[in-house]
Parts: sequence; C-alpha cells; structure tokens
Amino acid sequence: MTGEETEYFDAGHRACGGCGPALAARLITKAAGEDTIVVASTGCMEVFSTPYPETAWKTPWVHSLFQNAAAVASGVEASLKKQGRSEKVVVIAGDGATFDIGILCISGLFERGHDVTYICYDNEAYMNTGIQRSGATPYDADTTTSPAGKLSTGNQRPKKDIPAILAAHGSPYVATASVAYPTDLMKKVKKAIETKGPCYIQVHTPCCTGWGFDGAKTMEIGKMAVNSGLWVNFEMEDGVVTKAKKVKREPVDAYLKAQKRFRHLYRPAENTEEIAKIQAIADKNAEKYGIDIKMPNKN
Amino acid sequence: MLQIMEGSHAVAEAVRLSRPEVVSAYPITPQTHIVERLAEMVADGDLDAEYICVESEFSALSSCLGAACAGSRVYSATTSQGLAFMAEVVFNVAGMRQPVVMTIANRALGAPLNIWNDHQDSLFLRDSGWMQLYAEDAQESMDLHFLAYKAAENYDVLLPAMVCFDGFILTHTYEPVDIPTQEEVDSFLPAFKPYQRLDAKDPISFGMYATPDYYQEFRYEIHAAMIKAKKVLREVGQEFSETFGRDYSELVEGYRLDDADTAIVAIGSVCGTIKDAVDEMREAGRKVGLLKIRSFRPFPYEDVRVALSGVSKVAVLEKNISIGSRMLGAVGLEVKDAVGKQGADVYSYVGGLGGRDIRRKDIHKLADWAEQGRNDCFFGLREELL
Repeated sequence: MTGEETEYFDAGHRACGGCGPALAARLITKAAGEDTIVVASTGCMEVFSTPYPETAWKTPWVHSLFQNAAAVASGVEASLKKQGRSEKVVVIAGDGATFDIGILCISGLFERGHDVTYICYDNEAYMNTGIQRSGATPYDADTTTSPAGKLSTGNQRPKKDIPAILAAHGSPYVATASVAYPTDLMKKVKKAIETKGPCYIQVHTPCCTGWGFDGAKTMEIGKMAVNSGLWVNFEMEDGVVTKAKKVKREPVDAYLKAQKRFRHLYRPAENTEEIAKIQAIADKNAEKYGIDIKMPNKN
Repeated sequence: MLQIMEGSHAVAEAVRLSRPEVVSAYPITPQTHIVERLAEMVADGDLDAEYICVESEFSALSSCLGAACAGSRVYSATTSQGLAFMAEVVFNVAGMRQPVVMTIANRALGAPLNIWNDHQDSLFLRDSGWMQLYAEDAQESMDLHFLAYKAAENYDVLLPAMVCFDGFILTHTYEPVDIPTQEEVDSFLPAFKPYQRLDAKDPISFGMYATPDYYQEFRYEIHAAMIKAKKVLREVGQEFSETFGRDYSELVEGYRLDDADTAIVAIGSVCGTIKDAVDEMREAGRKVGLLKIRSFRPFPYEDVRVALSGVSKVAVLEKNISIGSRMLGAVGLEVKDAVGKQGADVYSYVGGLGGRDIRRKDIHKLADWAEQGRNDCFFGLREELL
C-alpha cells in the first residue's frame, strides 16, 4: 500500500472489530479504483455495509440475491459493453455464495467468458446466518452444523477446490490471496482486473467471531494459516500454477490452537490422530504448490 | 402491411422493434421460437443487442436485472418451469424497480410434466409486483410488448412487465400480423432513459437491505406504483391506438356485453373461441357476452365492475387452479371481488389445464351452468380416470 489511493469502502459500516472481510472490501476497492462497479451477494459483507439508507460503498454497488451475483455481473458487463463504457465489473461474494449456492451462475459466467473479476471472500463458513459449514469449511472445523461431538470431530469433508474448477473453465487468471498480505492481495486484484476475461481471486478472510479468536489478531491468524501450509497464496495463469508464496512451514498446531473452532482437537485430550490428518493436508498442499523453502545443504 | 407469421416470430419482431440492448434467455418449450429468432436477428445484424446465452432461467432474469441496473433496456422470455426457477429473481426485479419486459409463453406447471398451455405459471406470480398482460392473438401478443416497455419505463411506474401469450395456441400458430415500421415504433417508444443506473461518475448502491423500520414502505410503494400503472397503461394504450389504429386504451374488452344477462370472463387466447360461441348463442337468442381481461396485474377492478354491472350471472373460465381455494381459480377471485356482493353471481369454472382443448360447446355449457347457478367446479373432467 502506498497510501496514495483513495478509499472506496468507507468507515462506519457495522462489521465486527477485526473483521477480515471488511478489510478485504477496503483493499479490493482500493486496488480496483474509481472506475469499478461492485456486484455483491447476500451475506455478512452485504448486510454490514448496506443497511438502508446507509452505504459504505463509494463505488457503484449492486446486490440482488444470495446466489446470482455472477449472473447479475454478466448482465452489467454486457450492458457496459453495449454502451461502450469503461467501468470494470468486480464481484465480491462470500464462500457460501461462491462454493455452494452460486456455483451454477459462476460456471455460466466463466464458460461464457465475460470480462468480470470474481472475488470470493472466504471466511470458511456461513457466518451471516450463524457459522454453519459450507463447502469452504476446512476439515475438522467446528461449526453450528458440523459440531464436534461424541461421535464427530467437526466438519468431515475437505475444502472444495474452487480455483481448480474455475481454472478448468479456461479462466486466464486464478489466484488466492490473504488479507494478512495486503500488498499481494491488491497486486492480484489489479492483475485480475487488467486481465481480459473472467478471473477469480479467493481471499482468505479470517473471521474472529466465527473462528473464535480475538479481533486484534486477524492479521496474525491469516499469517499463521499461510505459514502452516493450510492456506496457500498462489497464482494460476491459463490453468498453470505460475507462482506460490514460499514459506518456512510451521506445524499446523499453532494455527489450530489459536482458534476455538479447532479447540475440540485439544480438549479434553490432544487428538493426535486428527491433528495428524490436518498436518497431512498441509503437507500435501506444500508438495502440490512447492511452497517449502528448502534449507541449504551445507555439504 | 399484413404478413402471415408465427406468433413467436411476431413477438420476436416486437422485441427487435423495441431495441433492447441486452437479451438474455434460456431455451424452454414453447418459448424457443422467440429466442431462436432473436438469435438469428443478432447473428444477421438485424438486432443490435448483446445476446447472453445463459446456463439457466435463473441467470437469464438475473443478468437482465444487472443489465437494467447498468442502464440498458432488456428482454427475456420463458415459461412454466423456467418461470418457477426464476421466481426468486422475479420478486427481486420488482423490488428493485427495474422495468424488465419478459414474454411468458404460458404453459402448465409440473408435476406431471406437461408442455402444453394453461395459465398456472404466470398466475402463481401474480403477487410479485410485475404487470401481467394477456394476449388473445398474435397481433395483440406483438402490440402488448410495445405497451409493456412504455408503461414499465414510465417514472410513475418503474415496474417490470410480463406479456403472457398462450403456449402452442399462439406461439406455434400462424396468423396475419401487421408489423409496424421502426420509425413508427421509435416515435411511440423512444430510447430507454433509466431513472437511475450504476455509474462510476455518480456512484449509488442498488439492492440494499431494509430493516423492519423501512421494509414495509418499499412494499407499499411497489403497490402504489402498480395502482398508478392502470392509468399509465390506459394512456399508453390510447396513444398506441392513435398511432397504430389498434385500440388498447382499456384494460378490459367487452364483446357483445352491453345488453347481456350472462357474461363469460376469461384471459388469453380462449377469448377467441368464446367470441365464436357468444355469436352462436346470440344467434340462438341468448343474451350472452364476453369480458376479456387484458391486464391481470394491475387488476382493473373498477372496469370489471362497470362492464359486468348489467349482467346477473358470470362464468369465469379459469385455466388455472388455486388449489384449496373455494373459488378454485385466481381470476374468479378477483372478478367476484370486483363485482361485489350487490352484483352478479360469479362462478369459477376450471378447465383446459395442461393443454386440454376448450371448444365452443364447452363455452355453451359454462353459460348454461352460470345461468343455472352451478357452483364453482371443473369442466371437461374425464370422470373415468378419477
């Protein structure tokens, strides 16, 4: 951040203190700039930013329904094209709207090749309705519809690989980012907007309320996710991974222990078996994206 | 100049002449001939529009909504299951006050799956905040699109409109149609001027959420706009009749009704059959007439009351069923309310569902039933199947 950009997501919205998605909205609009039309899905961000008659958005903004932001954006883009207008269309939608209920419309948008940047703010569950699991919820996370219990260790399915699905649609640019790395996020937003065709960015947006951590630690939690290998910041161009942030990986323990959604793995006793499974997910990510910084061999 | 043309193609001509900037639709029988013809027009350069081949009806209307918010005149068409799939967006478009125009090629709703005509599809969305206009023939199917755009885009209205015409009966049959010139249509329907639009130079937020402190007033205003639409529809109908010589200045149309004792009331293409049956009954000395309702939303209850003030019995022919309702049909409920307790006896007779033919002899029977005071019921039921 150079600090020179104008803010397009204003203060005074109603998000929780330390809200990852609110920070994402600010960074995305800052990077996208003035000549942008934002299309939103129903969700936390929509609700905390636009209670009538107040709005936090200083760019044109439109919300219709939970699952149709991609289709609304398709129409906005077609209209702008017909009118010969220059604004760029940016969708900002949550993970429930993206991974689950909206995937039909998203598939349509990407297959048709509209010049739209679709950004998913991924807080890994349905937070607006009270922390229910989505297709983006990580393995073993405790949510209100995947509660840990006597017979369950929480969410039993791994996170859906939406970047791969959209890359398979022929998207020229697919990336993941994190609010904990603002410069990287903004660079990727600019790149997506400058790239013609449908581009996708999935932004890790820690949710202090849903994940159970102190709102002062949002950036720290985001960094821990990246350092654990459970979240990888990467770029795919024309379906090929061209860049992935390398890290000196740390065991997943620190990241898990910092959040209440995983505390059942440590209480009453440490569930080493389940923690090992989560570590295996991180190890697999590290191998797939080649993110481990290799220690120089002194011999 | 009159041309012999399929109903769907007449509608496509109306759309072309209305110059939408964005067309977005998903194929579904019996709507397909409209959207195929529009695609041909775009491919040949006869229609200068962005044509979005969406992956579903849900996205068809959602993308129309987006394009309308961005400032374009838009068009879509669907029917039956497609309309049901759109339903969530249907309410949303009205709530966001976008003047989308959509053709409904009326068709039954499953289950059982059925591709033929009745009015269940559009009528189930009667409370959505869309105007609903029903056409009797190909010419009216065409003309109502011009009226729909003009009324929808009027700043006193700003509500979307469905132009409803009967699947197969009108979509797939050929009739002579008078197609206006582009100049004539342009003078009646000037270029779209959005009330508000998404614009980086003047950023505003569309589709915000409203708490209990605000929500109810939004709903009231949609209703108030729909009531105003009655006057606006009459005015644009009057202007249309002065320009094109076809009279749509009234939201209802009486046929041999002035001295009638018994009236048949209906919407859609069956009005043509009813007119023939009325002629036969008149020849036989019976004082029977037809009241055709062109606008179901807004519902012109004053016009219906006046038109039916002289009759003692009313048979409402319903190609829909409001399941569990005493009156059986959605049209009859409105007509009975319009006529009031002091007025004629109103009966709902349900039939022609899922494309079952309605013949002149059926109309004779409905007139008989109304005169005998027979209660609301189905007609044409195959008792042996029950």
